[in-house]
Formats: sequence, structure tokens, C-alpha cells
Amino acid sequence: MELILPIVVGLIILTGMIKKVKIFDAFIEGAVEGLHTLYMIIPTITGLVVAVEMLQESGVIDLMCKAVSPVADCLGFPKEIVPMAVLRPVSGSGSTAILINIFESYGPDSLPGQIASVLAGSTETTFYAVTMYFGSINISKTRHTLLVGLCADFTALVCAVYLTKALL
Amino acid sequence: MTNYAWGFMIVISILVGIFTGNTDGISQGLMTGAEKAGKLLITLFGVMVFWSGIMKVAQKSGVTNFLAKILSPFLKKLFPDVDRDSEAFQSICMNISANLMGVGNAATPFGLKAMREMQKKNLRKDTATDSMVIFVVMNTASLQLIPATIGYLRQSYGSKSAFDIIPVVILCSAIALTVALVLGKTFNRLGKGKR
Repeated sequence: MELILPIVVGLIILTGMIKKVKIFDAFIEGAVEGLHTLYMIIPTITGLVVAVEMLQESGVIDLMCKAVSPVADCLGFPKEIVPMAVLRPVSGSGSTAILINIFESYGPDSLPGQIASVLAGSTETTFYAVTMYFGSINISKTRHTLLVGLCADFTALVCAVYLTKALL
Repeated sequence: MTNYAWGFMIVISILVGIFTGNTDGISQGLMTGAEKAGKLLITLFGVMVFWSGIMKVAQKSGVTNFLAKILSPFLKKLFPDVDRDSEAFQSICMNISANLMGVGNAATPFGLKAMREMQKKNLRKDTATDSMVIFVVMNTASLQLIPATIGYLRQSYGSKSAFDIIPVVILCSAIALTVALVLGKTFNRLGKGKR
């Protein structure tokens, strides 16, 4: 698996050399474009990361977990995975920290450990992705993107809990 | 949407912090948040510059065209208003290929480029097009063919069956992605009726 990236890069460069493309010139041209894109997302990412950090540090995430845990209980979700499910759409590093915490407290082969693993593997940081992609081109009216993304996350959560219980 | 969500996140954090007496938390959140953003951007910096460069080499060597040909029967249904020969379509192909191979870091620069190319054809510059919605929704779902990273992580924490979960992960992702695409397409169609 670790070989995928070197192979891909190697193949691209090699194809370029065979086709006599000025590869380094092309690389620089693209890299400059990348620099411009990066420049465009700096404000978006800074604003978003600060807001997410504040949600965590102020205790809002904890409150949300407390608020949804009765519902989660009714649906048969283990309470250990609730913080991860709440944090997953907004913060990749935050939810990974919770995942590792679950591994250390209950073990990766416990039911919460397995469900959390499936959840981590089958979802992305939805809110972050939506904000970054649209922020990079200054689109403020994202229409139903976030709603659809969160619905998909919820679907993944429900599937993670029930399919893990049923299949593992 | 983003404006309200962002304002809401900050205001609610400050209010909750004050009412629960956690004033240290909120002032710390402000500082460490900005710091973390800086660190994240520095991590992204090299990746963005390098992969955007590689993307251009791939484009000029015809690699992206080749990928676009393979993926286009599937993708032209999802993105009917993106021209198949355009740079936007090629960037979408590169983004999706990188996602499928599980190299999310490389997928981001391609994705941002795809958005920029789609924006060129967008008539209302402040509003997302149907294709943009579908594209971003695909990027919020997990597209990996083999979600190996989570397996390795489990292994390093002493799991005896680290990779047993992989079929379940794939099944969950596939169901979630289907829901995302069906909902996205449905809402797109409803939006058209209104206009």
C-alpha cells in the first residue's frame, strides 16, 4: 500500500519523459497554481479551525453529546462512540483522538472499538470539506450540500452500528 | 449557510463558556485554534504545491486524459454539465482516482482545482452549481477502495483482527455514498423546478 504514491508519481513522470513533455516546466507551472489555491483557502481554514477549536474547548461538544445520548441509547448506539460521531463531521484530528482514546480504554476489538473503527473508515470531515471547497472559490450559497453530506454521515453512523453488530 | 453556521459556532461557544464558568476554555480555544490552523496550513503547503505541480505534468503527458476516458462513462452521468474535454472534468477524474486509491492528501489539490475550473463556467458566482454540489458531496463521503489506514491503526493498538472490519467499512461507505448521490441529485432536480 505504501508503494502506491511513488508508483503513481513515477508513472506520471515517466509518461511525461517518453512523450517529451518539458516536465519540470510543467511542474513549476502547476505548482504556482497550487500556491495560488493555497493562498485562497488560508482565510477559510483559519476561520473554521478556530471555530471548531472553540466548540471543543468551551464544552459545547460535551453538551451536545449529553443532549443526544438518550436518543443514541434508544437507538442502541454504545455511549462511548457518541462524542466521536458528534465531532467527526467537523474535525478529523479531534475524532481521531477520540478513536485512539476508545482503543486505549476498551481495546480495538471491543464493540465500541469496532464500531468507532468502521465509523472512522466510512466517513469524512463533511463540514470542513464543504467549507474549504466552497470557500476556496468564494461561494457562499452552498445550497443543500451540507444537508446532504450530513445525511450521508448519519447513514454511515447507523450502518456502522448495526452492520458491525450484525456482521462482526 | 456558512455565514450563519460560523457565527453560530463562535457565539454559542462563548455563551456556553461563560455560563459554565469555563472562560479559560474559550480564550484558550481562540489562541490554540489560530495556532492549529497555521500548523494545518503548513502541512498542506508542501502537499498543495507538489501535487498541483504533478497534476500539471500528468495533464501535459496525457495521463489525466487517459483516466478521464476510463472514468467518463460513470462520471458523465453525475456531472452532465461538465464538458468531458475540459480541465474541470480532468481535475474531477484525478480527484476521484486519488480518493479511490486512498491518498486523500493528494485528492485535495485536485479537488480545489476542479472547483476553480467549474467556477469559471458558473453564471452566478456566489451560488453552487448542481455539479459542484455533487462533487463536494462525493468528497464528504469516503470513496476509498481499500480503507487500509484504519486497519493499520487498529493493528498498532494491539488488535487481533485488525483488518476484519474492512468489508464492513466498504459496505457502510457504499451505502452512505449512494444515499449522498441520490439525495444530492433529488435536491438538484427539485431546485430546478423552483427556478
